[in-house]
Amino acid sequence: MRGPHEIRGFRGVHKTYKLYIGGEFVRSESGRAYRVDGSVNVPRGSRKDLRDAIRAARGAFPGWAARTAMNRGQILYRAAEMLDGRRAQFVEVLGGGRIAAREVDQAIEAFVWYAGWTDKLAQVAGNTNPVAGPYFNFTIPEPTGVVGIVAPSESALAGLVRRVAPALCGGNTVVVLASETSPLPALTLAEVLATSDFPAGVVNVIGGYHRELLSWLGAHMDVNAVDVAGCTPEEVASIEKSAAENVKRVVKIKPSEMSPQLITAFMEMKTVWHPIGV
Amino acid sequence: MAIAKRHRTELATQKFEYAPAPESTDFVKIEPHYGLFIGGKMTAAHSKKRFATINPATEAKLSEVVEADEVDVDRAVKAADRAFDSWSRLDPSRRARYLFRISRILQERARELAVVETMDGGKPIKESRDVDVPLSAAHFFYYAGWADKLEWAFPNRKPRPIGVAGQVIPWNFPLLMLAWKIAPALAAGNTVVLKPAETTPLSAMLFADICQQAELPPGVVNIVTGAGKTGSLVVSHPAVQKVAFTGSTEVGKLIQRSLAGSGKRLTLELGGKAANIVFEDAPMDAAIEGIVNGIYFNQGHVCCAGSRLLVQESIAEPLLEKLKLRLGTLRLGDPLDKNTDIGAINSKAQLDKITGLVESGVEEGAELFQPECKLPERGFWFPPTLFTNVSQSYRIAREEIFGPVLSVLTFRTPAEAVEKANNTPYGLSAGVWTDKGSRILWMAERMRAGVVWANTFNRFDPTSPFGGYKESGYGREGGLHGLLPYVELN
Repeated sequence: MRGPHEIRGFRGVHKTYKLYIGGEFVRSESGRAYRVDGSVNVPRGSRKDLRDAIRAARGAFPGWAARTAMNRGQILYRAAEMLDGRRAQFVEVLGGGRIAAREVDQAIEAFVWYAGWTDKLAQVAGNTNPVAGPYFNFTIPEPTGVVGIVAPSESALAGLVRRVAPALCGGNTVVVLASETSPLPALTLAEVLATSDFPAGVVNVIGGYHRELLSWLGAHMDVNAVDVAGCTPEEVASIEKSAAENVKRVVKIKPSEMSPQLITAFMEMKTVWHPIGV
Repeated sequence: MAIAKRHRTELATQKFEYAPAPESTDFVKIEPHYGLFIGGKMTAAHSKKRFATINPATEAKLSEVVEADEVDVDRAVKAADRAFDSWSRLDPSRRARYLFRISRILQERARELAVVETMDGGKPIKESRDVDVPLSAAHFFYYAGWADKLEWAFPNRKPRPIGVAGQVIPWNFPLLMLAWKIAPALAAGNTVVLKPAETTPLSAMLFADICQQAELPPGVVNIVTGAGKTGSLVVSHPAVQKVAFTGSTEVGKLIQRSLAGSGKRLTLELGGKAANIVFEDAPMDAAIEGIVNGIYFNQGHVCCAGSRLLVQESIAEPLLEKLKLRLGTLRLGDPLDKNTDIGAINSKAQLDKITGLVESGVEEGAELFQPECKLPERGFWFPPTLFTNVSQSYRIAREEIFGPVLSVLTFRTPAEAVEKANNTPYGLSAGVWTDKGSRILWMAERMRAGVVWANTFNRFDPTSPFGGYKESGYGREGGLHGLLPYVELN
């Protein structure tokens, strides 16, 4: 008798790539897919998938924003651990070789770097302000809300983590639109995020066509900011135009940047006054 | 006991009479017409169109200014562009000196500025004298000191100026908004083209004179007058690399849309519909003063005004009773009178807007209260107004009125107060009144607003960042954070 694990000529199990929405791996509600690399079916997300993802992100926002900075840091660090544990898989997804291995290193490094920022940011980006009067006055950064991130195609893993990590670091919830031409790193990254203790809905990843989804992302009234890292200049212009509808913040910092200013690009500064007296 | 009661009744009916105490205007010189401040001097405009700026309290014409056209704006931007190279390379400590000097001249000419501000805009002289002008001087003084310390503001980064900043400001705090725009821009090494509001150009014209007095290098500051068309020419000029706008959310959205794809940097400080939340344990008298200051300061022409009063149900009745009494003591009239609390509405157009929204409040079913209040015959006036019985869906609870009109709503629990306060597309400011420290912090944490005043309201300071969440705009003005919109970081 042979056990099922001893099937002759066994060649592994092919994975069906899925969208990651509200903590679950789902097919596109549209039932559509498109092919990259000639053979892999990638779910082609629809406007409704995008809406579901934004709704999940909005629902998760108060809870994630209210987590302690320390706790958010621990979870981001766990994402680095999970990614490191699947290093070989990601090197393969990125095409193998030294360049791919270096990119995985960079992605891990970005998670670690921003994990360490969660509980320091307010000390660097916040202040007490010496106003001319008997008032205690302080400024603190707060997350802006739901952030849409258009993943870059170049450096599809590290480039994406360099945007997702700072947005999560500040306490935002995120909807990632995977690169249209190289979506697999983003869709696979969802599997890392799913096992890193992010509460459901904090990060959502969908794939699909820019021409079908970007205008809805730019115009959605429940999205507070859009990072256009993966957009062409024409797409940036179109998103900026529709973003005006609810005065969205459009983040256009260059994709390689790692800085506290990139964290605060997804944040609002709140200033609180209170009189001093007896 | 009986005596005490009688005493109270007498107090309640006692009339306080005030003799007129107008500020003199004799030493203020307003030119019959002004040109444009371009390249360091007042220049004749290309545009032949002029318009009058009037005193909204008397409807008397004060002066005539140019409606700058495309050629004028182009000249101004080119002057700023030419000046940028030398200004941005100037030793930063020398840039600081110019700004310090401007601040000092603002102090030296404080009275003149205050009187002109009040004549042109209609705000009470006690406000222009004690708030607008001193805060403007303080703002220049604060940012003057930053000019040679920018590397300390952005550790590990190399801050560089952006270029020519196109700045469009509103009519509610003309000089102060000019200071908020120009001071950080110049400190960071940018040059400026500023367009003041069409109804209040005069303090900016005085400021042009101050730039000359301070011997500011030509072209570093340029001021073009005009209305919306001129403003859109300024922000859309291809050589303008940074746009800063303060005004309505409606116009802010138009600007954001029009700049799409241009690569210009943009900051917006837009409208608001702030909740001023009073809990049952709040010190009542202080809260009443805070409510009054929150909505009747500057006739309610304040983007961060506390226009929605949320009162805890248990104290709504006594609080409203007191508030109505207090409204009866507000003195409305000649803005130049030092006793005046409520001045003139800035323009006929604004008066019409306020009147329309108040009518909608009555139609939708809210209960109107206005104290007995004699309005002057000439000029634009609106009495302090309070609405009770307001539902969240009413226009007066949702839309920015920008006038002395307060909508009162009630709540039972802190959670309900948070829900109602944040139930708006705006997010500029909020007020919280309570004696309980932990509740202040709990509420402050939950307000989706850029400024939270706890047990105070409408406080401003150059060191304190100001700006909105959501549709109230983005970017901060004031403080360390106010530098960021004016630098590129390497």
